[in-house]
Amino acid sequence: MSGSLAALAPIERRPRHTGARLFVQALLARSYVRLVGSLREPTWMISDAVFPNLGMCGFVLLYRALGAPRSYEALALIGGVLTTYWINVLWGMGAQLYFEKMQGQLQLYFAAPCSRLAILSGMALGGLVITVLRSLVGVAIGVWVFHIQVAPFSPWVLVGVFVLTMVALYALGMTLSSLFLLYGREAWHTANALQEPVYFLSGLYFPVRTLGALGAVAAGILPLTLGTDALRQVVLGPAAHGLLPLGKECLALAGFGALFLVLASRSMAYLEALAKREGRLTQRWQ
Amino acid sequence: MALSGTAVPAVETRDLRRVFKGARGSPEVVALAGVDLRIERGEVFGLLGPNGAGKTTAIKILNTLLFPTGGVALVAGHDVVREAAEVRRRIALVSGGESSGYGILNVRECLWMFSQFYGVPRAEADVRVAHLLAALGLEPLAKTRINRLSTGQRQRMNFARGFVSDPEILFLDEPTLGMDVNAARELREFVLVWVRERPGRTVLLTTHYMAEADQMCDRIAIIDKGRTLACDTPAALRRSVEGGQHVELEVLGVPDGLAEVDGIPVTWGAPHPERGTHTMKLRLADGGRLPLVLRTLDAKGVAVRGVSTRETSLEDAFIAIVGRGLDESEAP
Repeated sequence: MSGSLAALAPIERRPRHTGARLFVQALLARSYVRLVGSLREPTWMISDAVFPNLGMCGFVLLYRALGAPRSYEALALIGGVLTTYWINVLWGMGAQLYFEKMQGQLQLYFAAPCSRLAILSGMALGGLVITVLRSLVGVAIGVWVFHIQVAPFSPWVLVGVFVLTMVALYALGMTLSSLFLLYGREAWHTANALQEPVYFLSGLYFPVRTLGALGAVAAGILPLTLGTDALRQVVLGPAAHGLLPLGKECLALAGFGALFLVLASRSMAYLEALAKREGRLTQRWQ
Repeated sequence: MALSGTAVPAVETRDLRRVFKGARGSPEVVALAGVDLRIERGEVFGLLGPNGAGKTTAIKILNTLLFPTGGVALVAGHDVVREAAEVRRRIALVSGGESSGYGILNVRECLWMFSQFYGVPRAEADVRVAHLLAALGLEPLAKTRINRLSTGQRQRMNFARGFVSDPEILFLDEPTLGMDVNAARELREFVLVWVRERPGRTVLLTTHYMAEADQMCDRIAIIDKGRTLACDTPAALRRSVEGGQHVELEVLGVPDGLAEVDGIPVTWGAPHPERGTHTMKLRLADGGRLPLVLRTLDAKGVAVRGVSTRETSLEDAFIAIVGRGLDESEAP
């Protein structure tokens, strides 16, 4: 151990330590953890990429056995793909601040100069990129194993609707992360409680319209419901049995995205202020 | 308005207070009852106090992790409540026993990640991380995942994290807790070299180890029950209490009930069963009285088998000021 940093020039506190540049640096650094983490543990890839698609496979086989229209198979495929994102939002975003707290990391984030929203955005970006890789496994299963067919569609529209859905979904995850911590119970119970009801209300394996009024309510509160329906409309056209016209669903998704980003920022600020007032919210075992 | 420049103290608190609400009807807890501190740039400043004295509360307030309920706290001239972002750009906190970083990352990646949270430009961060790994003996572990490090190695990495952003003010909260003797000594030396090489850099240290505080700190504040009881250099603190020479004698053939020698009160340590001797402890205001004491004991038929002396220690001063030792709870 040489014990000296004499060779290093002192770091000047220039404006680069704040603002947009710091936001991007923190975002990329936090997303790096997600990317590296998933790639270094291949078992996670198997459990996260293969297992969530088993439900989709079951529904495809069921529709096939019942002689349902082929479009239902594509409908289940899209639902199955979106399942991986919802799992990531719940466990990788919603429960994450709680896990950070238990690791003693949350306090270090609160003492750092970067924006807390940058940390959350980094978790979201890293999680999203990895989940895209995982969801491609579902698409591959659908195309190559089940030979699922879809109508001709514009890839640009698909990408646009996908981006809107993901922004809304991950912004919801960012909001949930603070709310789970504020709720104070062990996060995995809350995540568990939300997992299956949202699968159902989002109509992941059946047309959302069949939920009737409940589907309309779900579309009003869950971006996953709207995103699922909108993506199906892009890929399947009228065979998707869409809930609302595609344009309106896109507008609503954009609204959800903006709303949840504001809520995420506000709830994080509230969480931090509460932690400073009470002095225990960021502490392990409290 | 924030103050800037080197004339501004690194840390200043005025009548700093923090009261915690009691949980479920229990009474409120006064953690800080009006602490006044002024830590100058370039100082290694120690905060000593028994358990529950308010040290960690003070550190948390200065690191913008906790609101004070009264008074003022300024770090580098910036108010910790109203200018928290300015404060955070200038500080770093290392706590003993913390578990920073993600187990899946390796040591180099973890340090790099934290450098990015502090806005260190990428190229500069790579250089700093490489230097820190070398300076703290972590180079062989650079590519080792954090979840495969021993406790001591992880502690060392946490320590490196504190320096990766080149903070103006470094807060070390029990930094060597649980470390082996050699590692703790090396880290203490590293901090002292860093302060010496980086004019104006300041360290605020809390520790349970008196020797650590004595060796490292330019000045020490002793706090208890949320109040500053004393604040001075270690030498001045030692002088401030009743001084003299502490003498321990290993003796044989002690008459029953011996409580003083030449009017000097005596206390007794544990006996040595193998040698049949006892340890007699006394404090001499004047070291020159020791031969007289030895002659008196000889006259009483007490055989002295060994003599050891020491000056007043920081621990003696601490006990005299606080009324109890660092790890002792308050008497009921």
